[in-house]
Amino acid sequence: MKKLWKGNEAIAEAAIAGGCRYFFGYPITPQNEIPEYMSWRLAEEGGAFIQAESEVSAINMVYGAAGAGARAMTSSSSPGISLKQEGISYLAGAEVPCVIVNMMRGGPGLGGIQPAQGDYFQAVKGGGHGDYHCIVYAPGNIQEFVDVMYDAFDVADKYRNPVMLIGDGMIGQMMEAVEIPEYKDLNKLPPKPWASQGHNGGVQRLINSIKIDPNDLEDHNHRLFKKYAEIEANEVKYEEYLTEDAEIVFVAYGSVARICKAAINELREEGIKVGMLRPITIYPFPKKPLAALAEKANVKKFLTVELSMGQMVEDVRLSVNGKKPVDFYGRCGGVVMMPADLVKYVKEGK
Amino acid sequence: MKVIISGFGGQGVLSLGKFISYSAIEQDFNTSWLPSYGPEMRGGTSNVSVIFDKNEIAAPVIDHPDILIAMNDPSLAKFEDTVKPGGYIITNSNIVKLPVTRKDVTVYEVPVDDLAEKINKRGGNIIMLGMLLPIFKEISEESAINAIKHVFEAKPKVIEPNIQCLKEGIAYMQNLMK
Amino acid sequence: MAIVAKKPELLTDAHLHYCPGCTHGIVHRLVAEVLEELGCADAAIGIMPVGCAVFGYNYFKCDMFQAAHGRAPAVASAVKRVHPDSVVFSYQGDGDCSSIGMAETVHAAARGENFTLIFINNGIYGMTGGQMAPTTMEGVKATTCIYGRDPKVNGNPIHLSEMLATLTGPAYIERTACCDPANVRKTKAAIKKAFEIQLAKKGFSFIEVLANCPSNYHMTALESMEFVKTKAIPFYPLGVYKDITKEDK
Repeated sequence: MKKLWKGNEAIAEAAIAGGCRYFFGYPITPQNEIPEYMSWRLAEEGGAFIQAESEVSAINMVYGAAGAGARAMTSSSSPGISLKQEGISYLAGAEVPCVIVNMMRGGPGLGGIQPAQGDYFQAVKGGGHGDYHCIVYAPGNIQEFVDVMYDAFDVADKYRNPVMLIGDGMIGQMMEAVEIPEYKDLNKLPPKPWASQGHNGGVQRLINSIKIDPNDLEDHNHRLFKKYAEIEANEVKYEEYLTEDAEIVFVAYGSVARICKAAINELREEGIKVGMLRPITIYPFPKKPLAALAEKANVKKFLTVELSMGQMVEDVRLSVNGKKPVDFYGRCGGVVMMPADLVKYVKEGK
Repeated sequence: MKVIISGFGGQGVLSLGKFISYSAIEQDFNTSWLPSYGPEMRGGTSNVSVIFDKNEIAAPVIDHPDILIAMNDPSLAKFEDTVKPGGYIITNSNIVKLPVTRKDVTVYEVPVDDLAEKINKRGGNIIMLGMLLPIFKEISEESAINAIKHVFEAKPKVIEPNIQCLKEGIAYMQNLMK
Repeated sequence: MAIVAKKPELLTDAHLHYCPGCTHGIVHRLVAEVLEELGCADAAIGIMPVGCAVFGYNYFKCDMFQAAHGRAPAVASAVKRVHPDSVVFSYQGDGDCSSIGMAETVHAAARGENFTLIFINNGIYGMTGGQMAPTTMEGVKATTCIYGRDPKVNGNPIHLSEMLATLTGPAYIERTACCDPANVRKTKAAIKKAFEIQLAKKGFSFIEVLANCPSNYHMTALESMEFVKTKAIPFYPLGVYKDITKEDK
């Protein structure tokens, strides 16, 4: 049954439905409802919640719990995610599966607390030190957030890789009617023979990211990138909206894509042929569908819309590869564009 | 239907929005409830954007609301110009002293606090919910009552007085619209 | 012929990478001996730090983690929450435990997390080449205070056991030294007590071991032992700083 849920709380419940039993976090606006909810809800489920002394500690608790075989997660917002980056690099290096939620706010620095998308580069290009990728989802509404979160631990476990979900204050704070899927049976999850959980009869299992021999470390990097190639082949998710005959193709993710959709609906009513490609995974990025659209005769240009000074637009340009012009419209600092702003921009640009 | 409700924190602005959303899902509408958050709430324009629609709700942000409910002066000043021509502005005239200058919208200035005083001091927002139903047309009294029952599940004592407030609001608005 | 001494089963045959004369190897052995004597070697999960003991996982046969610099207490807290029936220890140097990881140390202690923290205090950064540690004593030369630690310039050394003992959370805190056979035996008794506290689910146990660093103090092994005995122990007094099993009585 559909119920009215606040975004952050729905995400927390979906994580539990997906098998999460351990949460480690630190307060920061606008994601506080996630740790608040987890603090009492995980106790009911026989898991554990720790309000860590810092973001740094929280992500390392995830390293411990997930390395010990549990489904564990943390959530934060932009400045807190910056603090977690070292730990995320360790998680990627040691191949510890876990889930990290970033409800983005405006930056740089302490910035503000209103919705923004300035952490795109940080999320998809690495963020911490070294060569690695998280699998990054950017769902567009609360139901999609719930559905992605529900399966996020499965994806993380499948590739032994951190999965990140990014949203913003808008998704976190708003309420929509949402259905939480059926709770996964923890006893039916695949075993984790690699996990460091004690009682292994003198055969050591090690959670580790140090490879002091350069050749070993190079081999390790190659192995990781083989895995990323597999992820790029299997896990790309996106939605196309009215692109069949579109002359202008919007590219936007998360809550911004909803604002674009409203603008597209208005423009279509006036007979202007616009559509949208909405990445649901931003790593792996939907390069191929964008390249295919760039080949189509009806597509005259792309318009990337972001709550940033222009970050994803670089990946759009790489995918379109000069075949068609790629325009950019952005607001930042926590200012959110209205559908009317985009309608006006498109009409004046024509 | 797109509604912006705005006022001081403590005037029940966010919860009025929730009542609308709860009533709307009773009738299988899609609904979104998007609050302002952070320091803005302390500046006197705590507000919430509520949408309900049979179609998918694209943007949860509202550039031009069908209805503005202004519970104080800063809220009226901030949102008056954004209301869709032909739309509605409802003010709490016990608090709002600024005049509404728009001529292309329907304006109701309602002494909500006085009305609530008679039935249930804390029921001003439910009276407002009642007043919205004749304007919404598509949401039934029964759905709103179910929403009240749902929200106050843990406090059964307050359900009846709130239903009274709802009925008062509906009757008051029907009278105004005559 | 009767066997009077042997290497604990829990230790691997890997060659220790520690410098000649270093006491890390002794403490590793003590941890392994104690876990075996308590019958919980197989239940052990060790969390290794960044610092000289970064490769410590090579020497234990139990499940291990290699943690980020300073974060071993956070990792240990979570591991123990997930597997309350395991026996969890972190093993950390002074840079890891009392500098970059001070927050993790203090808060794991304050929460009373039920694991054992072995703190090796030799008053210097060993792995990175002899820089000043939070525990470097006044006047001691390090590569980042080449004329000797001057509190006016470099600040003052930290007495971690005393500091943690002010908290309600810890169950057991003791400082020992590793400078001669008598003190090694006392160190083993302290480590044993710490693990017993953990097995009894009484909470956080913390053993600070005053250790040497011949390489970075530019001393012979014997000189470095002598330094611990005559300089470090007077400045960092040995003894039990907290014991809730005594308070119970």
